[in-house]
Amino acid sequence: MTPTRVPVVEKILDANDQVAHQNRALFDHHQTFAINIMASPGAGKTTFILQTLEGLSSKYRMAVIEGDTAPVTIDADKVSALGLPVVQINTGGDCHLDAVMLHAGLQSLPLENVDVVLIENVGNLICPAAFKLGSHLNLLVASTPEGDDKPYKYPNMYRGIDVLIINKMDLLPYVDFNMAYFQQGVEILNPGLRTFPVSAKTGEGMPAWINWLDEVVQKHLQK
Amino acid sequence: MHELAVTESVLEIALRYAKQANATQVTDIFLVIGKLSSIVDDSVEFYWNMIAEDTICQNANLHFKRIPARLRCLDCQLEFEVEDTLSPCPRCSSFHLNVIGGEEFYVESIIVEKEGATA
Repeated sequence: MTPTRVPVVEKILDANDQVAHQNRALFDHHQTFAINIMASPGAGKTTFILQTLEGLSSKYRMAVIEGDTAPVTIDADKVSALGLPVVQINTGGDCHLDAVMLHAGLQSLPLENVDVVLIENVGNLICPAAFKLGSHLNLLVASTPEGDDKPYKYPNMYRGIDVLIINKMDLLPYVDFNMAYFQQGVEILNPGLRTFPVSAKTGEGMPAWINWLDEVVQKHLQK
Repeated sequence: MHELAVTESVLEIALRYAKQANATQVTDIFLVIGKLSSIVDDSVEFYWNMIAEDTICQNANLHFKRIPARLRCLDCQLEFEVEDTLSPCPRCSSFHLNVIGGEEFYVESIIVEKEGATA
């Protein structure tokens, strides 16, 4: 027996990234714009998604993929109630969606009839940041009650996103949230990040987000 | 975080390269992990002992090479190492910084034993 060194140099999450590329190719083949929506539990992802669907479903064919750690259909039922296609992916306790789970979920979605798909990731600020899905846009829903220190505590999440929603702006008078301190952290990690302060509940700030997304999707579909 | 998924991926990579090399046993696995990748070595070790059991990677030693976080200042171009990515540029105090190192996350090499190989 002779010990032999075998060079490898392979990224540990390479398998995930390869499937993410396949997912992207699948979206592009069907001209579907995919948004990966991440947040901590309770940030208001589902309400934000429902409001976004309401704002755009008259113009685009929308669909939702719900990532949940438990086999409950609470979120999926709310989307179904709007009469829109929804696929639930149960991660079986896993803390994030990965590209392989998404790939399996996409088989149940008629992508040829979908212009925009909103992918609701598992509520978590750590793990989803490490697993690419193949989406065109990575979005984080932060919320004021979470506190203004979140960029400083979860830098990988804030560094990896393309757009930031600051939700629950209606609660700002009641919680300790220093907007300047929060935004300073965001600016360090992700300079010039597109940010929309909103209240998905009251609708405040949502039109600016909807209009921006509308423009982004229009540009994408014209490609 | 998701160390189980990560550890499974390490095992898959090690087994694949070991098979290509016609190895009968994997004794060592060298991992390069950037400081920013937020992987906990102890958790990987913990899962490793469970999932590598009954494979040719059983009892293989995991070696972690940690790469520090490196930033480049976009204002004065200085490159420097940091403990966390929220430190300003030590020369001009700017916060306009790019991460240029510390996100590495790969299997660098493995050491295997082969049946009948000669030195």
